[in-house]
Amino acid sequence: MCDNPEICICQDTLDRMMPMHVLIGPEERITHVGPTLAKTQPGLNLVGQHFFDVFQPRRQGCQGNLMEACAKPGMKVYLRLRDEHATQLIGNVSVLPDRAGILMNLSFGIAVIDAVGRYDLAGSDFAATDLTLEMLWMFEAKSGALAESSDLAERMYGAKKAAEADAASDMLTGLCNRRVLDQVLERLVSRNAPFSLMHLDLDFFKAVNDTLGHAAGDHVLQVVSEILTEETREEDTVARVGGDEFVLVFDNMTDPKRLAKIATRMITRLEEPISFKDDVAQISGSVGVVSSTHYDPPDVAQMMEDADAALYASKERGRACFTFNQPGLTALAGNAMTKAG
Amino acid sequence: MHGLINGALQGFLCATYGHELWRKVMDELDTGFESFEPMFHYDDALTHALIDTSAKNLGKPRDVLLEDFGTYLVANPRSERVRRLLRFGGVDYADFLHSLDDLPGRARLAVPDLNLPQLELHEHGENGFSLSCTSPNLGFGHVILGVLRALADDYGALAFLEHLGRSGDCDTLSIQLLDSGFSEGREFSLAQKVTEHV
Repeated sequence: MCDNPEICICQDTLDRMMPMHVLIGPEERITHVGPTLAKTQPGLNLVGQHFFDVFQPRRQGCQGNLMEACAKPGMKVYLRLRDEHATQLIGNVSVLPDRAGILMNLSFGIAVIDAVGRYDLAGSDFAATDLTLEMLWMFEAKSGALAESSDLAERMYGAKKAAEADAASDMLTGLCNRRVLDQVLERLVSRNAPFSLMHLDLDFFKAVNDTLGHAAGDHVLQVVSEILTEETREEDTVARVGGDEFVLVFDNMTDPKRLAKIATRMITRLEEPISFKDDVAQISGSVGVVSSTHYDPPDVAQMMEDADAALYASKERGRACFTFNQPGLTALAGNAMTKAG
Repeated sequence: MHGLINGALQGFLCATYGHELWRKVMDELDTGFESFEPMFHYDDALTHALIDTSAKNLGKPRDVLLEDFGTYLVANPRSERVRRLLRFGGVDYADFLHSLDDLPGRARLAVPDLNLPQLELHEHGENGFSLSCTSPNLGFGHVILGVLRALADDYGALAFLEHLGRSGDCDTLSIQLLDSGFSEGREFSLAQKVTEHV
């Protein structure tokens, strides 16, 4: 009883079960190659060629006498095809009974993803037990899933950026919007900090829109935003709260003289002619001002209302000026307000 | 329902019937969003409402719309990735049919939370098959019918397919493979093309 019985296998069976095998006969010449391995060297008949003319060893081990090397138990071969791709191969070897030849069963290993494209291999080129197809399938499916995930991440990132920008600024002027203004005021009130609020409404802006068009109007709004930003400090807030309405918040500034100076300078600059293409737009501004120190405790809604009343008082007085207001004065109508400018 | 399925439905409806229909359907559904995220999860009820609303707007029976969706998944270039992943299943149509049992398992390998209907192929004689599709979701069987019909063309096989009805959770399809080499079919190369999907 032999514990390693020999069996006889037809070449057809070998081709089907090991389509990447190579048989090597006397003088280390190739006597047969499996159909898939043959596809890697199209137009070339490998049979009869010297083994080392087709394959190049990648490691020590199967150099020298091939038969001797292959006879080592558990021998693995690491090869490279001698073509322009130098495709890597790995495999098992076995010496045939009576040292009649060598059977080598090869595989592309991890290089298979490149190899299928390079040699135009199909599903039928792999044995049913070979997991290459499953691996290729996994590779593609995972690439797909990964692509969906990165698409999602990119979309989310874009949406987040856009939402952040939207939440913070007015699209046209880049100034803060009402939401941010509310947050700023809320913060100032909650930490009980002194501040002043200026409500500015452009004069004659509607005329610019009506006579010169909306593009000119948009340009004027951008210039106004620049002026307002330049005439305020870093720590102040400039918000656009309506078409041509702005609210400015002056952090830690309640001195009427300083506020008057700022308002005057702003109005003066707003009155400078603004060129747009061949036209010139001429606007001005009316301002209402309130300071938190006149309120105990400061109430944002009431301050806004009072600033608004002061603004209308400025309009009543013939525009292009500013008006201070404080609690108790609103009820007495515009003429009782502290006037300046 | 997995967002990949809702997203594919969206792709199908937009590619076939235009964005106008899509907006109308989403308006009616009143979800508060305009499109499905492929990697999110949605209520099954929403998917069914999406199918019903679309079918109603198009004046098409639900089953026919779902079968068209199945065809789209294989035949439309926008869904090339799905077609390729299916074609890996076999070297010819018969081989592919035998791989269907593994399809839900394969899908889960790629996307662990993607649940596809359970498929079981039975052979009846030389070229006759029946396929049972088990899923609590009504209509999957019709999608599979569309997929299988389109794949027969893709492989170049001539096959006669029929939906035999639903009993309980299980739809049964019958497949008669008349000629596996009927036409050239579409090319399929194992190597992934570099071009990205649409």
